[in-house]
Amino acid sequence: MTPIAAAGSASRPGGPEGGGPLLEVRDLHTLFDTPRGIVRAVDGVSIAVDRGRTLGIVGESGSGKTVLSRSVMNLLPKRAALPADGEILFEERDLRALTNKQMREYWGPQLAMVFQDPMTSLNPVVKIGRQITEALREHLDLGRKEAQVQAVDLLRSVGIPAPERRLAEYPHQLSGGMRQRVTIAIALSCSPKLLLADEPTTALDVTVQAQILDLLARQQQERHMSMVLVTHDLGVVANRTDEIAVMYAGQIVEKAPTRTLFRSMRHPYTEALMRSIPRIENPSHTRLDAIPGRPPDLAKLPVGCRFAPRCANAQPRCLEENPPLFTDDEPRHEFRCFFPVGTPAGDEARQRNARAGRTAAGIDMSTLTKASA
Amino acid sequence: MGGLIAKKLLTLIPVLLAVSLLTYLLLSLLPGDPALLVLGGGAASAEAIAAVRADLGLDQPLPVRYLAWLGDAVQGDLGMSYITRQEVTGAILERLPVTLELMGVSLVLALVVAVPLGVFSAYRSGGRFDRTVTGATFGLLALPNFIFALILIAAFSVGLGLFPATGWSRLSDGLGDNLRAVFLPALALSVSNIAVFTRLLRTDMIATLQEDHVLLARAKGLPTSRILFRHALRPSSFSLLTVAGLQVGTLLSGTVIIETIFALPGVGRLLFDAINSRDLLMVQGVVLLLAVTFVVVNFVVDVLYTFLDPRIRSGAARARA
Repeated sequence: MTPIAAAGSASRPGGPEGGGPLLEVRDLHTLFDTPRGIVRAVDGVSIAVDRGRTLGIVGESGSGKTVLSRSVMNLLPKRAALPADGEILFEERDLRALTNKQMREYWGPQLAMVFQDPMTSLNPVVKIGRQITEALREHLDLGRKEAQVQAVDLLRSVGIPAPERRLAEYPHQLSGGMRQRVTIAIALSCSPKLLLADEPTTALDVTVQAQILDLLARQQQERHMSMVLVTHDLGVVANRTDEIAVMYAGQIVEKAPTRTLFRSMRHPYTEALMRSIPRIENPSHTRLDAIPGRPPDLAKLPVGCRFAPRCANAQPRCLEENPPLFTDDEPRHEFRCFFPVGTPAGDEARQRNARAGRTAAGIDMSTLTKASA
Repeated sequence: MGGLIAKKLLTLIPVLLAVSLLTYLLLSLLPGDPALLVLGGGAASAEAIAAVRADLGLDQPLPVRYLAWLGDAVQGDLGMSYITRQEVTGAILERLPVTLELMGVSLVLALVVAVPLGVFSAYRSGGRFDRTVTGATFGLLALPNFIFALILIAAFSVGLGLFPATGWSRLSDGLGDNLRAVFLPALALSVSNIAVFTRLLRTDMIATLQEDHVLLARAKGLPTSRILFRHALRPSSFSLLTVAGLQVGTLLSGTVIIETIFALPGVGRLLFDAINSRDLLMVQGVVLLLAVTFVVVNFVVDVLYTFLDPRIRSGAARARA
């Protein structure tokens, strides 16, 4: 492995504009004050996205990935979240310090977002055409006619047939896949430098999912855009990202270049996620391994490792201390685990638990290790 | 679209028939013989009473009387007042413009005040502005409109002398005088509507502002005012529209009190006087007019939904296809 960190992003294709990454999030916290207590939805997350690159953020429901993407967009209402630490550096400028009015210059031409459910993310009573042209006219100072011409081009580029006719239609006249293409066209309309796609295919039919992901990938390449792809499905990000961050309970538990992650994952949670992907080489009707238990309540987080109650490697230390992010032989590979998968310490921990029949958290090993046994 | 409206128009016919029947029955059931009223007291002879009854058609059975009255009503003839010997239709038409203007201005005033209040208190829900508006609207709801009318007169007419306390000037006498005459009564009439509309719009608007498409509109970098008024207001205004239509009923009864307080020559005042003098045919005519107005306004509201929400329009198109 070459020491990537030393090479720097400028030497890679896709980074001609400047030295640092396009987006750098440092130690980001997003906390909500709720009647149940303070919810730590994002708890010390650091990520970076280089120009023209794609970062995948993977995690199950409630892991904080949607709040993370909205925090990065600076879209959370200022009054909703408690003031908290962290910086969101976009081209080295901290978005968190900007006012709503200043952010309006960023939303559209700098950062754009595709939401999960195209059934709810388009305004049902506004024509498709106006939903696209209003962004164009706001940011690019186009006239009505020019904006319409550009909207037609955009709709065509995202693969919508008869785009001229669509301008006068309402969202309910389009299928789910078509609507998601429209929201992508809206997001792309002002040529953003960074596109955040928050579960862009979750609400769609399986047959349409691949089309939408291919569309995003193609647009990203053509426009030389950076992308953050948020999903709960490791299968979605496997071939479409340069780097993956796995989130659990508001924190990143493992982060690595995509190939490294799939080849040598270190965190037991990542391993468990991998095992829950259906594999084509398995005979059909093979039972998938679900991860038993549920993520912790973000308002009542445990002292130790947040995954320990569901982890096959859990040791007494895991219950007392939340591990920091470690690196081993590869500097861009980070993981939050004392007993990582595929290391002597991890193997030993798992064998010890197997002999005892239970983990340090008191979970019966037979419920946890079907696949690895 | 046209077919949809035509279909809805057809459903209006039985409703209007029912309304007219109820109006007629209601007043027939009132105690007291109209013939006695015409003769002006208890001292009339039995023959005289019988003659008047025959003259008024009161000796006919009820269904016949109703059908005859309905037949005339459809042609715009609501009969002649027993008391004032005035054509009912003519009397109503003469006074209708005053009442319509009063109600129209009142409704517009209520919306002009309530929409921005509702929108901004939803946008800053829980904030100081919202709490102030909430308190104020509850206060207004608790205040009957005639009390408010008296307060307005005391403050703006007697105190500041800005508006006339009573009386009317027609539009033909000049727009300025006309608006000065209508402003205070319309404001007094709109008080409860301002409160109701604000509360309603605020609630629906808060729900709309949580929706993804509003977040997407923000993510496009649109100005807040555009998001609020071009994106969020329309999907939030369905209940407002419904209730505005229903409130026309309250407005109609409100005009009776307000026109009396401000001495306006409107239909409400006509009804008030007719009731006082037991002028049954006049009461019947006015009540019928009010009921028909209410039904027609709510029909218009029904049609407006289709303009507000394109999904209803295409739903109708699919049903036809």
